[in-house]
Amino acid sequence: MKTATTNKKIRSRRSLSRNDKFTLAAFIGIPTLMQIIFLWLPALITIVLSFTYWNGINVSDIKWAGLANYKNIFFGTPVFYEALKNNLIWLLWFTFIATPLGILLAYQIDRKIKGHKIYETVFYIPVVLSLAIIGIIWNFMLQPGGFVQGVMGRDIGNAVSIWGNYSINTYVIMGVASWRHIGYIMLLYLAGLKSVDPSLREASAIDGATEWQTFKKIILPTMRPVNIIIVVITIIESLRAFDLVYIIYGTSTAWPLLNILVFQNFAGQGISMKGAAYAVILLVLCIGPILLYLRNVFKEDLK
Amino acid sequence: MSTTIVQNKEYRNKQRIKDNFISAFIGFFAIVWIFPILWTVWTSLRPYNDIISNGVFSWPRHLNLDNYFTAFRKMGLTHYFLNTLYVTIPAVGLTLFLGSLIAFVVSRYSFRFNLSLLLLFTAGNMLPIVLTYIPVFWLYIKIGDLFGNRSLLYNNYLGIILVHVAFQVGFATFVLSSYMKTVPKEISESAIIDGASVFRHYWNVMLPLLRPPLAALGVLMSCWIYNDFFWALILMSEDSKRPVTSALRQLQGQYITDFNLLAAGASIVAAPTVILFFVLRKQFVSGLTLGSTKG
Repeated sequence: MKTATTNKKIRSRRSLSRNDKFTLAAFIGIPTLMQIIFLWLPALITIVLSFTYWNGINVSDIKWAGLANYKNIFFGTPVFYEALKNNLIWLLWFTFIATPLGILLAYQIDRKIKGHKIYETVFYIPVVLSLAIIGIIWNFMLQPGGFVQGVMGRDIGNAVSIWGNYSINTYVIMGVASWRHIGYIMLLYLAGLKSVDPSLREASAIDGATEWQTFKKIILPTMRPVNIIIVVITIIESLRAFDLVYIIYGTSTAWPLLNILVFQNFAGQGISMKGAAYAVILLVLCIGPILLYLRNVFKEDLK
Repeated sequence: MSTTIVQNKEYRNKQRIKDNFISAFIGFFAIVWIFPILWTVWTSLRPYNDIISNGVFSWPRHLNLDNYFTAFRKMGLTHYFLNTLYVTIPAVGLTLFLGSLIAFVVSRYSFRFNLSLLLLFTAGNMLPIVLTYIPVFWLYIKIGDLFGNRSLLYNNYLGIILVHVAFQVGFATFVLSSYMKTVPKEISESAIIDGASVFRHYWNVMLPLLRPPLAALGVLMSCWIYNDFFWALILMSEDSKRPVTSALRQLQGQYITDFNLLAAGASIVAAPTVILFFVLRKQFVSGLTLGSTKG
């Protein structure tokens, strides 16, 4: 077996003509070059820029700032901690409420509960909509003259401000975010559940286990690889959270998130490299989950 | 033996009652879930004056598609839909092509840097996008100036297409390479023994086998790129060149008081992806799951 594989490698390498080598180089080179020029290089440049002062116009104006941008963020920008708090709320809500709901939903739909086909479709539709459309749809629900205001008995003249009300907007934002997230998680989990051996379930049903016990003791442990990936996706999505809040508030810091702060410094009144520093902080927070994901996905190849 | 059957029956009855309860519970949430969408469609079917004079909850006097025709005419949606096509089709095609090249080499030829290459592409797909905004913006303007035409990439469809490709190609590579691992090596070996060149091996042997994942990815990515409105806001300076989702965002400000017209606009813009989802549901689902739950 071992000799066979080494033979194969030698043969395939030797059999490459000059033409073939050229083709292979192009096959790898072109996409890699593009990936580096438009993705990795800009990312690296942003990391470097986060240690400078620059208004984004002339390269000659770039001045070394050392850690000044970071110091400014950590010690002179209270809104940074507000953003961190909101990202954390997002993370906790998604981890302990939205994602588990998506998983339970997938489990019930996979059991082919009554109406499962309709449910699957309904919960999935929000996932295919653009955020630009989701913003409009929820405005119809919540804005003055919208459905929710109508239900509360308020017409346009005496409407309450839902987006501007700090005691409730966090819940509303979490609700709308979950509207999308739950369907997404449901779909991912549903695909994983299809691969669970049905005889495991039958066995536990014959042993008289309740559905909850079956779910906890049989399904969750067998789905371990999928669970890890879903947790990582949830964490990364919570850290990168952005477009929904941007649709509602623009680049104002009415409900700040790390990503919104990046934007506020990159657009609007003028470019400041504090934005680059925020982006780097975001990257640092994301690195752990990304590595975890890569390790999980390429487990076999890494060995 | 008979006791277990009796127990089983009792257990099943109990479970059925519970199941009905669970189904009703999920059903309630399903109604809550779909309601905002139905409400938007409902609003789009009613004339503006009807709501103004009779209130949001009044029974409609007229239901018609007038708002849809007006939306197409007044908002110029046809024009913006074409912009979306100019970006989406080349971007999806190029992403799949480049992704399949890398996946092909990585899964069929053993080089030392195979894994690093795969990691580079997959990790790239997970980077926070904001990390690239300023340099890409600046790079586009500089490259344009270099060739004496500032809108070579900036404020040009080509620029938007390239950033989409750079971001999505990582996902395509990952999905396609994990699919190719399941294709038997013998097929490639016989192609090599028959003296097929690398290009023929890719084009005539592997590519036809990749049809299912390519279709799945194509559907999924069309949806993603169609839905994106962000890059266009940053990299397009002219409103008239923006894709339909970005345009909708602008129209929202313009028509903020005309709920019904805006509702019709939103429904029209949502239609392609929703229809795509219903028609090609299988591809849609497998595209997403091939990528993230390989396990």
